[in-house]
Amino acid sequence: MTDTLKPRDNKDVEDAVRWALAEGKTLEIVGHGSKRGIGRPAQTDATLDLSGLVGVTLYEPEELVLTARAGTPIAEIEALVASRNQQLAFEPMDYGPLFGAPGGRGTIGGILAANLSGPRRIKAGAARDHFLGMTAVSGRGETFKSGGRVVKNVTGYDLCKLMAGSWGTLAALTEVTIKTLPRPETEATVLVLGMPVDAACKAMTVAMGSSCDVSGAAHLPADVARNASGDLPPGAAVTALRLEGVAPSVTHRRRALEAVLQTFGKLTALDHAASQALWRSIRDGLPLIATDPAAHGALWRISLPPSEGARFAARMPDSARILFDWAGGLLWLRVTQRGETLAPLVRDTVRACGGHATLIEAVTALHRVTDVFEPQDGSLGALTKRVKEGFDPNGVLSPGRMWAGV
Amino acid sequence: MAITMPELDAAVLARRDRIVAALCAIVPGEGVIASEQAMRPFESDGLTAYRALPMVVVLPDTTEQVRRVLAYCHRESIKVVPRGAGTSLSGGALPLTDGVLLGMAKFNRIRDIDFANRVVVAEPGVTNLAVTQAVEHAGFYYAPDPSSQIACTIGGNVAENSGGVHCLKYGMTANNVLGCELVLMNGDVVQIGGRHLDAGGYDLLGIITGSEGLLGVITEITVRILKKPETARAVLVGFMRSDDAGDCVSRIIGAGIIPGGMEMMDRPAIHATEEFVHAGYPLDVEALLIVELDGPQAEVDHLIARVETIARECKAVTCKVSASEQERLLFWAGRKAAFPAVGRISPDYYCMDGTIPRAKLPQVLKRIRELSEHYGLRVANVFHAGDGNLHPLILYDANKPGELDKTEAFGAEILKLCVAVGGVLTGEHGVGVEKRDLMPTMFSETDLAHQQRLKCAFDDKGLLNPGKVFPTLHRCAELGRLHVHAGRVPFPDIPRF
Ligand SMILES: Cc1cc2nc3c(=O)[nH]c(=O)nc-3n(C[C@H](O)[C@H](O)[C@H](O)COP(=O)(O)OP(=O)(O)OC[C@H]3O[C@@H](n4cnc5c(N)ncnc54)[C@H](O)[C@@H]3O)c2cc1C
Repeated sequence: MTDTLKPRDNKDVEDAVRWALAEGKTLEIVGHGSKRGIGRPAQTDATLDLSGLVGVTLYEPEELVLTARAGTPIAEIEALVASRNQQLAFEPMDYGPLFGAPGGRGTIGGILAANLSGPRRIKAGAARDHFLGMTAVSGRGETFKSGGRVVKNVTGYDLCKLMAGSWGTLAALTEVTIKTLPRPETEATVLVLGMPVDAACKAMTVAMGSSCDVSGAAHLPADVARNASGDLPPGAAVTALRLEGVAPSVTHRRRALEAVLQTFGKLTALDHAASQALWRSIRDGLPLIATDPAAHGALWRISLPPSEGARFAARMPDSARILFDWAGGLLWLRVTQRGETLAPLVRDTVRACGGHATLIEAVTALHRVTDVFEPQDGSLGALTKRVKEGFDPNGVLSPGRMWAGV
Repeated sequence: MAITMPELDAAVLARRDRIVAALCAIVPGEGVIASEQAMRPFESDGLTAYRALPMVVVLPDTTEQVRRVLAYCHRESIKVVPRGAGTSLSGGALPLTDGVLLGMAKFNRIRDIDFANRVVVAEPGVTNLAVTQAVEHAGFYYAPDPSSQIACTIGGNVAENSGGVHCLKYGMTANNVLGCELVLMNGDVVQIGGRHLDAGGYDLLGIITGSEGLLGVITEITVRILKKPETARAVLVGFMRSDDAGDCVSRIIGAGIIPGGMEMMDRPAIHATEEFVHAGYPLDVEALLIVELDGPQAEVDHLIARVETIARECKAVTCKVSASEQERLLFWAGRKAAFPAVGRISPDYYCMDGTIPRAKLPQVLKRIRELSEHYGLRVANVFHAGDGNLHPLILYDANKPGELDKTEAFGAEILKLCVAVGGVLTGEHGVGVEKRDLMPTMFSETDLAHQQRLKCAFDDKGLLNPGKVFPTLHRCAELGRLHVHAGRVPFPDIPRF
């Protein structure tokens, strides 16, 4: 049986890690557990559940800053900032539905530890770019802090960035400070219909290279678009470009963008509400939710230079379904067959294109033949190990979740 | 100067000739400078109060040479200080008497311009401005724009995580770098990130950016470029009270407007810059704001009108919108020349760089004025007001005995004040040697130990740029030790399930 420890405060977290150190035990750090399925299958002795560390401790909208205990539900934070016409500009995605769980769960600590960003990543930056300060307990059982509550800060190493995307393998975040930003007054999405992948990627490149200030650029081939929300025209592949801002600006940019894109295909547009629905479903990968559990296969998340998106897709089997976000730089790849044979092809192709792939969801057999996170070569792998040892020398915190021995 | 540098390594100094010869073998030709006279130009960076001649200067021009120099120095336990253009204002590139100064100036090529992926791949010695110049024919630019951009290098920018007047909207260097090639002190070459967003694995790029040359030598950088906004216009707003100016800044942001840049100057700074560049600044105001809006014409016009309204509500006494690109640049010319302008009215000036929560601005300004009177030293204030980053310039005369010490004491008080009101010691200039000994005002020993262990992961012998950033140097073995009380820790008293 594995124990679950549910700390009430920072001191409890320290005690838990110290106990684990003394007893030679390992801990899995979780918030709501909405992303628990991601990572190498590893057995830990106990679970450190941070969802009891709740509460926004500071929110100053005019200073664009918010501090919260790490277990605070993201839904609560998003509702709070929305009440002041603000948002988390990195548009954190919600993994729940992809894993068959209800949406709207997840803690701010979990979002940051996984560095989760959505479609607006291309314009506003990733979660790590909005992560200003933190308090955490390292695998040494010690509390440390980094950063602060101001955006401009170069005092010491930026450990917030290191924690972002470390998936709970270096420290347990107990309190975090993030940047909040004004919510755009309105949004609209320009759609180009019926383009094949390579033309779509070209169109997105053109849009991103324009002055239109596009805040979302995605391509949904017909078999993916079918399952997306937002009242898309039926039956067609859809290339979507989002514009956000004050109304006169959105109107102006929509006209400019349509002028730039008119040679690519038939154009149409989504208004505010439909646009929001579409981007939410793209953000959460909803069009790729497996409908038939028997043919579950695997889901990959792949970050590439945008210009390589089409080349990568061309090398995948026809049965693969791909959602292109980040102007072609982020591919969600759903393969239905069991995927053992496909994994080496994915890894090799990513390597050839320059980027990295994460195996988000897979049957157990696949986990046996391939890593979850991008494998690291000699000197980078060795450096990663040394970084882990500095924060967690005894391997107490989620050991092996990212790579064996880390 | 009252700073203690790491103890001199007499054994290394005694072997100087052999070391120089070995370095000459790695970097042939004119890549090794060992004569005192030729090393003179390298003795300080932008923080000129601190000077030291290095043991030897090496100017490699390939990654392989950097790798071999570092591997050799690692084997021989020789300290190394990386240097870009030497414009650091915190003494980050200050040489060590018993160390190699590794100048990256010869790494001055742009390796690739990739418009499809909107990135430029550059060697670290390329200047900040040269990146923009390489892509502006196609309407692109590199957003972070430190005032030193003609001279400072992109490698130095990454090492310092430099900002600029436009980072309120477009981010600092860290938000605009996608990849780098880094040579570790032991000679390992590591590739991090690339032309894609979010390098995989731990965010090492995020800690290398702003690491002040302590983690590795950067030999290649991939930065994001952006399409130039359709248009940009600036508003020049004057106030009789700096509190009103501060209020105006808060209200603009509170209204959901994030300007491309939002800068403030106080009366002494306004006068010094106006005399220097004749930008047309009003001379009878206490505080001047430059608010720049950029984007599509329709958006800029719309937002300018809103900013004007807010300014009037905040008791602005002058409000002038740039009518042409020429006039917009003129508005900026004063602000961008603020440091040299102040340099003209005083024999020396000392530039501070703290950040505070914006709302504390009136309180901090008032205290700075009091301190100025107390120390008998004049201050001119320029701020990146949008993000609360202050640059008080303390005017002094280094030739007057004791005045530098007094200036440094004054500066330290300002920085401690920034921390006390919830801010930080440095917003963009780095800790270097200058603020090194103030680190404990912001960080506990445990905080610093966690940072130093990260340093150990990159540089186990502590040879890369020692004496900077951290007030005390600990050996990695000592830092790594973990005290576990086996068997004596009871199961914690925490709710369990
Ligand atoms: C007039 C003036 C105006 C300025 N304005 C601004 C401003 O607006 N905003 C701002 O942020 N800064 C400003 N600065 C500060 C300075 O220009 C920046 O910090 C700049 O990034 C330093 O670049 P550099 O090439 O001169 O680096 P250097 O001064 O040579 O070095 C800075 C640090 O980087 C390290 N380093 C350099 N190159 C490498 C490399 N290749 N690999 C690893 N480490 C390296 C050095 O060891 C040192 O610690 C200003 C300075 C001056 C003199």
